[in-house]
Amino acid sequence: MSTVHVTSPVMARNAQLRARGRRRRWLTEVSWKYLLAVVVVVYAAFPLVYVLSASLASGGTLTGSTQLFRSVSGENYQALDATRFWDWAGNSLLVATVTAIGSVLMGAAAAYAFSRFRFTGRRTGLTTLLIIQMFPQMLAFVAIFLLLLSLGEIVPVLGLNSKLALIAVYLGGALGSNTLLLYGFFNSVPRELDEAAKIDGASHSQIYWTIILRLVTPILAVVGLLSFITAFGEFILARVILTSESNWTLAVGMYGWVSDQLNANWGLFAAGAVLAALPILVLFLVLQKYIVGGLTAGSVKG
Amino acid sequence: MSTQQSFNAVVAGDSPPPPRRARESHARSWDGLGVGFLAKLGLMAVINALGLAAIWSAFVGGAWVLLGAMVVLLVVADWIYFTKRQVPLKYLFPGLAFLAVFQLFTIGYTGYVALTNYGTGHNVSQEQAVDALLSQNEKKVPDSPSFPLTIVRQDGELGFAIVQGGAAKVGTADQPLELAPDATISDTVVTAVPGWEVVPKNQVLSDAALADEVLALRVPLSDDAADGSLRTGDATIGAVYRSVLTYDAAAQTMTNTETGVVYHATDQGQFVADDGSALPVGWKVFVGLENFGKAFTDDTYAGPLVKIIAWTFVFAIASVVVSFFFGLVLALIYNDPRVRGRAVLRTLFILPYAFPAFLSALLWRGMLNANPDYGIINQLFFFGARVEWLDDPTLAKVSLVLVNLWLSYPYWFLVCTGALQSLPDDVQEAARIDGAGRWRTFRSITLPLLLVSTAPLLIASFAFNFNNFTLIYMLTGGGPRFTDTSATLGHTDILISMVYQISGVSGGRADYGLASALSLIIFVVIGVISTLMFRRTRQLEEVN
Repeated sequence: MSTVHVTSPVMARNAQLRARGRRRRWLTEVSWKYLLAVVVVVYAAFPLVYVLSASLASGGTLTGSTQLFRSVSGENYQALDATRFWDWAGNSLLVATVTAIGSVLMGAAAAYAFSRFRFTGRRTGLTTLLIIQMFPQMLAFVAIFLLLLSLGEIVPVLGLNSKLALIAVYLGGALGSNTLLLYGFFNSVPRELDEAAKIDGASHSQIYWTIILRLVTPILAVVGLLSFITAFGEFILARVILTSESNWTLAVGMYGWVSDQLNANWGLFAAGAVLAALPILVLFLVLQKYIVGGLTAGSVKG
Repeated sequence: MSTQQSFNAVVAGDSPPPPRRARESHARSWDGLGVGFLAKLGLMAVINALGLAAIWSAFVGGAWVLLGAMVVLLVVADWIYFTKRQVPLKYLFPGLAFLAVFQLFTIGYTGYVALTNYGTGHNVSQEQAVDALLSQNEKKVPDSPSFPLTIVRQDGELGFAIVQGGAAKVGTADQPLELAPDATISDTVVTAVPGWEVVPKNQVLSDAALADEVLALRVPLSDDAADGSLRTGDATIGAVYRSVLTYDAAAQTMTNTETGVVYHATDQGQFVADDGSALPVGWKVFVGLENFGKAFTDDTYAGPLVKIIAWTFVFAIASVVVSFFFGLVLALIYNDPRVRGRAVLRTLFILPYAFPAFLSALLWRGMLNANPDYGIINQLFFFGARVEWLDDPTLAKVSLVLVNLWLSYPYWFLVCTGALQSLPDDVQEAARIDGAGRWRTFRSITLPLLLVSTAPLLIASFAFNFNNFTLIYMLTGGGPRFTDTSATLGHTDILISMVYQISGVSGGRADYGLASALSLIIFVVIGVISTLMFRRTRQLEEVN
């Protein structure tokens, strides 16, 4: 059938016209989208290219850093060794990792309870969590400061200037935001699975650790990563709680570099920023599919 | 409930009941679940040990509120994990404990502090303030007996040893003088005290830091601060110093015995004389809603506060609207299947989002530097002109919104792309068949459908930006400063950064009461937004 139509001269001409029309439509409707894309990509990537260039510049100050890749040297990266950068990076990693693990464990346990058990106060509990989640913990930083001040006199490891105290504070805010996200996911795991296990004589803890947690591993990873990124970038509580320089996190320490003597420390900042951002950038881009799901279901960037 | 019941019914009716032991707590029975049992027992042992240690030091330190809280937490933890019942609580407790202490309590405590005058000059109880005043105003008693001093040390803490009435006495700053019967006395000087190390005089003379410490040391004669203390001016001879102030607990007055001025305790937590002069150390008192009034009437804060509240709303709304709009437009444009390589484009578009926000803010602070020799934005895009991006009030505000656009448009791009792809095609097709143009379809069909799923996120984003401390503090630090007030506040400060400045937690004069009161105002705003959010979302219904 088609061969007959194509060989007909009228049809061939029509096909030609259609092809030309499609080409014109492509030119007017699609081609500019590529041009715009170039503009947007430049907008998005320019600061990142600039920070990379500044980190590789020799000299290490802001002066002359307005030419991209004018010089390439590892000076700034080597200079980091003379600073507390690696201490701060270690602190940030420690605080963010422990917070992430703790948040996941607590959030998953709470989500399991809400999803699988029916108990008095369950609805109230969930609603309360939903409301508490709206009140950012950082608003209470004065009270947190005062609490740690007096707690530190009794239990020094939970007082001011303690990383453990900072982690504890972060964990205090972890339940609200993560539980609801996990709760939805837990509900999507079929209940028949744990009922079958129950009939086979499994206890609730066996069901939790060996069945449920394995089935929800992907969402646990996402929640963990989001908690990690949030704790990694958190500033106000870290600034209030960690008072001595060796205990600072990257956010507190690198703020110090830029806030006083911006010009002199610029190279250091740039090199530190590249090092600090690279792992997260890579993780984020690799896992973007999952993270986007988690972001839209839960919180915004912190 | 229903699942559980039907499950029980099935078990009871059709099949033999499962072995009972399986439903027991690990802690109650040794039934082959060895690992779980041991792990739990070990964990509980550690928690109990740490808890008891903390309770003990709270007891020693006399912190009764903390003591009570820790006892309750520990008892509840033990009860939950060693009972057969309360299975859900076993899973909820760790999170709830942290939530209760570090979120619920702190929110409540914020409320309490907001009602007090807690802050610099008012951060102790009245009793402690009295002691501090008495010891700060000590002078050498005119006919004071003097004692040859022996300086002693125990665990790094310095003390004085003297001979009084033939008996040796030892004391430190925290421990008033008390008899030391075992001490060795030679003539009128103590030469050795068991358990104490005698610090040689020449060591004191050669070590300036040690000498300062000795000269600053005051050893109370007794528990009563009014009795005065032992001090030294040369590290060899000690004399009794007594406060020029005397405290009358019944009349609540402080009297200066030298000048005769009487200071009365006021309900503002200070001793004030009739002529209006006040003693420097005050104490915490309950001031009711005064802090809230102060925020709006005190000249230092009232003017800035109104501007700051307005700017907080403008900043939050503008940030959300601008970045949502930009993200939405990009999403609409690149939702076109004819554009190839959309996955790659998307990854490039969201680069700013994957860069930690605090680093971005600091990076832009450098890029927007007004000096064209440094600031790459001025150098590359404004031909080296000196545009005061961060130092001009209006431009600083514009910069904040634009940097926030860079930071957050990727989020909206991702959200809108996701939402667009999940929209049903048939509705739009139907609209097109009915003759609606592209714009009309978008305005009447696509946008309303899109807003249904994004409205909660828009409100959440507003709430987030309302408290976007990191961006403000790192990019402009609140600057440029207001010129018409002495408060360290500026044109781009938002409420939360104002709270941070006033609180003084990072140094400077602290006003915890006022800062907490402002925090509460933010809580109320957030509360209203949350209520809006509840109305807008079905989250609540899902919960139920």
